[in-house]
Amino acid sequence: MYSILKKEVLSEVNKLMVLEAPEVARKAKAGQFVIVRIDENGERIPLTIADFDRQEGTVTIIFQEVGKSTMKLGTLGAGAAVSDLVGPLGNATEIEDYGTVLCVGGGVGIAPVYPIARALKEAGNTVLGIMGARTCDLLFWEEKMRSVCDELIVCTDDGTYGRMALVTQPMQEILSARDDVSRVWAIGPAIMMKFCVRTAEPFEVPVIVSLNSIMVDGTGMCGACRVLVGGETKFVCVDGPEFDGRFVDWDLLLARQRIYLTEEKQAKEEWLEEHTCRAVER
Amino acid sequence: MSIPRQPMPEQDPLERRANFFEVAQGFTPEMAKQEAERCLQCKDTPCVQGCPVEVPIAEFILALRSGDVQEAARIIKSKNNLPAVCGRVCPQESQCELVCTLGKRHEPVAVGRLERYVADWELGQGGELPEQPEPTGRKVAVIGAGPAGLTCAADLAKMGHQVEVFESLHAPGGVLIYGIPEFRLPKEVVRAEVDYVCKLGVEIHLNSVVGKLYTIDELLNSKGFDAAFLGTGAGLPIFMRIPGVNLIGVYSANEFLTRTNLMKGYLFPEYDTPVLVGDKVAVIGAGNVAMDAARCALRIGTLQSAERGEDPPEVHIVYRRSRQEVPAREEEVHHAEQEGIIFDFLTNPVEVLGNDKKQVAGMRCIRMELGEPDASGRRRPIPIEGSEFDMDVDTVVMALGTQPNPLVFADSGGLERTQWGTVRADEETGQTTKGRVWAGGDIVTGAATVISAMGAGKQAAANIDRFLRSDGKDAGE
Repeated sequence: MYSILKKEVLSEVNKLMVLEAPEVARKAKAGQFVIVRIDENGERIPLTIADFDRQEGTVTIIFQEVGKSTMKLGTLGAGAAVSDLVGPLGNATEIEDYGTVLCVGGGVGIAPVYPIARALKEAGNTVLGIMGARTCDLLFWEEKMRSVCDELIVCTDDGTYGRMALVTQPMQEILSARDDVSRVWAIGPAIMMKFCVRTAEPFEVPVIVSLNSIMVDGTGMCGACRVLVGGETKFVCVDGPEFDGRFVDWDLLLARQRIYLTEEKQAKEEWLEEHTCRAVER
Repeated sequence: MSIPRQPMPEQDPLERRANFFEVAQGFTPEMAKQEAERCLQCKDTPCVQGCPVEVPIAEFILALRSGDVQEAARIIKSKNNLPAVCGRVCPQESQCELVCTLGKRHEPVAVGRLERYVADWELGQGGELPEQPEPTGRKVAVIGAGPAGLTCAADLAKMGHQVEVFESLHAPGGVLIYGIPEFRLPKEVVRAEVDYVCKLGVEIHLNSVVGKLYTIDELLNSKGFDAAFLGTGAGLPIFMRIPGVNLIGVYSANEFLTRTNLMKGYLFPEYDTPVLVGDKVAVIGAGNVAMDAARCALRIGTLQSAERGEDPPEVHIVYRRSRQEVPAREEEVHHAEQEGIIFDFLTNPVEVLGNDKKQVAGMRCIRMELGEPDASGRRRPIPIEGSEFDMDVDTVVMALGTQPNPLVFADSGGLERTQWGTVRADEETGQTTKGRVWAGGDIVTGAATVISAMGAGKQAAANIDRFLRSDGKDAGE
């Protein structure tokens, strides 16, 4: 059992949890993820490592409640525990002094971008940051991002905070205005990453994305997470999770993310039916 | 007068297609006694040599015959730490029962069924523990809680060493828990067998991926282990190099079986992990894994379609060689045939066809014929030019075999590997090219059997023990 030491509600759908996992914390690096199983009947779900504290022996995850498992996880608070936590999985981000880098976090993707931006800053890079979400409520960690970015643009699709823009707009502007950005990171929903890659295309700069495929074991034994990168089959859990987005077959990734849509919907509806506060209905 | 081989009571094929309960239901005490009477108690006992872990077979059968089941259990356990597993999954027909003296003229003694009977009886009693040995003060890290690792760990613990097992999944057992289905090997049995190993003093760390959480070098140095045994198996799936393998509806057998067995996908939505089976399933391959995948697909599909008031699925085994070359355990093939699995021999896929939603819409296959034997001794399958045809399928499971997962080797040099990714280890001792590291099971041989993994675990344990007692002057460096 892995204890939940702290829980923070970032928004109606975004939750933060600090979990006690000293061995994982000891080894965790930016870019890696963990697999969590809530209980005996639970599924194994991959969640990016948003932060870690080697001294305290903790790992921080931020997740968006999109279905039964994340909603169930969201009901747990400090003092509760999850049955299983495995990590750190995946390859760590390749941190080097690239010079000037651009880090783009979309929605819950801001969580994995933060430790990457921090590591890049520590390695001597000039870090330009963009963080965006659909609306003000879905933004989080602005202060933390500001602390590791030399410049930071915050935007929302609906203009309820910061600049009214999709992340691709400031991205386009930065890449047009300067020619010293050697590498871009773009992490968020698959469709956002796809469009960030498209935006960066004319500028011929690597766009590192972190793919969020469906996973089961997370250690390379099943192939559920397989994607096509540069025409070759790769397992996100062991070959990734980061890849150069320019070579990712986005259509295949998006299609494979929807394999269990019907089952996910069924599970979510059953969960909501059981757990929606009856008082609200009255 | 000769007693015929006692038939094993089994669930009716048409009934068992729709459930995951064990197919073979086990001998009654009367059947066990009758079967035990058949043993000639011959002088040579070739059965013992036929067993990869040298279970004193004739001896345990004698004890069983005399009514002392506890003694029979003790005898079996002196060599085999997981008898309830082996009695169920060993290919006895190519091991002990193949060389049985009685088998020369009649049906061989049903050694496996008797082993299962004794083992199940003992589990029902709560199991006896051997005498606690003197602690040696030496520590061994066993990587992988599958048959090789559990056996090695149990033997080392019985010899007095402190053993810690590092398992990457959230439950111990390896293939016993993720690969072999409930209807062949109930997970309750696996849990009980693992419990026994823990009662011997073995500590199992779950959710611990060696290569990620710790490296082999770390375990041997900073973590203070005197020796390490690699039993991580062959968990890397193999996909055919044909177009369409990434389409929705194509699974590796590993994924399909893990969703089904480890994650209990057949009980969705009670269990959260789903597993989907369409109306027409093709399992590519004809090993034990393929049989397991096909029979799971049949059951899942039958259960799911029944809910919708539809017909059960059609499940095919597509194999490029013929019935004669099928490598699966005879009983599994027989059970699959009884359950209505369709066998398409001398057939090989060349492309998985997809629709515009990237879902499997069919599979193009080619007919094969058998030529001269290849390196494995089996006749080489040769495509018959122009014989392509399209098969109507919506689900494809690739059960072509597996290779070792290279994750375990990360950041730890010195472990020589073959071109297939297996670890080079001495056949007799299990020693690898890396000091203080032994290996056994599928990680050395490639995908094989539970019992051969156990045999390797035993051998390595004996050798590790010798090394630990000799203070490193003997084997190992």
